[in-house]
Amino acid sequence: MSSASVPKNAGKPNLAVNIGGLWMKNPVTVGSGTFGFGPEYAPYLDLNRLGAIVVKGITLLPRAGNATPRLVETPAGVLNSIGLQNPGVDRFITEALPFLADFDLPVIVNIAGDTVQDYTLLAEKLSRTAGVAALEVNISCPNVKKGGLQFGSDPASAAEVTRSVKESTHLPVIVKLSPNVTSIVAVAEKVAEANADALSLINTLLGMAINIRTRRPVLGNILGGLSGPAVKPVALRAVWQVRKAVNLPIIGMGGIISAADAIEFFLAGATAVAIGSANFINPLTTMEVLEGIERYLMDNSFTDIREISGLAHNNI
Amino acid sequence: MSFLLDAEITKQERIVPGHFRLSLSSPDIVTAARPGQFLQVRCGSTLDPFLRRPISIHAVDRKKGEVVLFYRVAGRGTSLLAEKRQGNSVSLLGPLGRGFSLPEGKARVAVVSGGIGIAPIYFLLVELAMYGVSADVFLGAATAEQLFFFKEIKGFGYRVEIATDDGSAGYHGLVTDLFAESIPLSNEYAMIYGCGPGGMLRRLAEIIRSAGAPGELSLEERMGCGVGACLSCVCKTSGEGKVQYQRVCTEGPVFPANEVVWT
Repeated sequence: MSSASVPKNAGKPNLAVNIGGLWMKNPVTVGSGTFGFGPEYAPYLDLNRLGAIVVKGITLLPRAGNATPRLVETPAGVLNSIGLQNPGVDRFITEALPFLADFDLPVIVNIAGDTVQDYTLLAEKLSRTAGVAALEVNISCPNVKKGGLQFGSDPASAAEVTRSVKESTHLPVIVKLSPNVTSIVAVAEKVAEANADALSLINTLLGMAINIRTRRPVLGNILGGLSGPAVKPVALRAVWQVRKAVNLPIIGMGGIISAADAIEFFLAGATAVAIGSANFINPLTTMEVLEGIERYLMDNSFTDIREISGLAHNNI
Repeated sequence: MSFLLDAEITKQERIVPGHFRLSLSSPDIVTAARPGQFLQVRCGSTLDPFLRRPISIHAVDRKKGEVVLFYRVAGRGTSLLAEKRQGNSVSLLGPLGRGFSLPEGKARVAVVSGGIGIAPIYFLLVELAMYGVSADVFLGAATAEQLFFFKEIKGFGYRVEIATDDGSAGYHGLVTDLFAESIPLSNEYAMIYGCGPGGMLRRLAEIIRSAGAPGELSLEERMGCGVGACLSCVCKTSGEGKVQYQRVCTEGPVFPANEVVWT
């Protein structure tokens, strides 16, 4: 064999992906709110090996979050009602962001607001901040009274927030959608028309738990968002449907716990995947998923992760 | 320093029905562990139950490199843990959280424990004894049978007072009432430590306040990640002059008694 015909990286598939202008060296990131701001998991894994980090949702002003209990375990999952507790954008920039500057790691900041103006102010401020690679627009948090899901459940409102954020930033804008809607495709289509660069699918499913001894709802906020393996089929379905209807890169998430789960999301149409609740039980899930994806590609003679994105659509 | 590792079980002892002492081989965790810290323990091997269980570090055996947990079977997670046997491997994350602070010099302290709260308190008492701190120890339990490790603790040379809910041993009533009656008028405690059920800690915080002594309480809350990422296990505190939520897994589980806001 002549040297000219030897492929680059001899045998290693390409894992780099482009999420609406954001380059990730590999397609594995984390779900907002499940990985803090980075230092929490740094003792257990090399953050440089993540494709990107999506930090805890940030609002303009600090938020105290909801009353406790904020978490309840459910079959193969967890319900949470944290309520966007965060230090506010200013303290995020001065106190949390510098830690991440030491890593070769794109930082995606999840932003949430009560009003459209909140989102645009956040976008403007973060766009002027070094070390922010992209914005994930959270219009799908089920745990806050105002904002969040109120924007995400109505296609027109979702589009308005998206358009306003796009006009306020040069950064890639990834819009995170809620499954708690009649048609996630209808929301995705409007958000795409409003020039979103990419989509994150999905946020948590609205749910609840009741203590039969006290006969009261378990969560302090009564309702919470369900995540974990229990929601994976719903998330996968959302990625499948949206991929068919909308031509935007998708970060797929919802109950991924293994490389096999992640590969399902790629086959359904995801360009990248995020690990959420699985971080709680195995902080190395991202690394195991990444290694498993690479092995799958090699075992099946794929040379590029992009070859399998949406592939299952060709096989029906 | 905190670790994610698989540790082999060297011993699983049932102390009384529903209460187990579990020894795991983990020299790394032993070296890093401080009284009041906890481990996130993967009790099962499937996705249900899903989360790890936070369990206090009960003791360390530095010679053998073993960390010891003392736990009560309270649900599905701890039931699965109780089924594990010597030679089985368990995934541990830890040690985690901020533990008790130890007084400087040969001070005199009070230690108040209720029920399963003895789990981390035991580790604290071992450590205090090592530093020559003298302690008045108040142990509370539902029944005499559930007064764990009384003899061992007595063996450390402490003054030990006991209270049981049913009067089957010692003072008949709450350990906090026993403590309130016993606390010297001229407060001489360099620190009052407490661990136990929420109601007990709340009452203990009141006693600590009226005694004007510094205190440290170990709190519990439903926990998700255990490392400070998910913000599930928060409690209200009034540190730094403002009321805020702090993470039991990270800023705690041990908090200054005067900073806990009871809701």
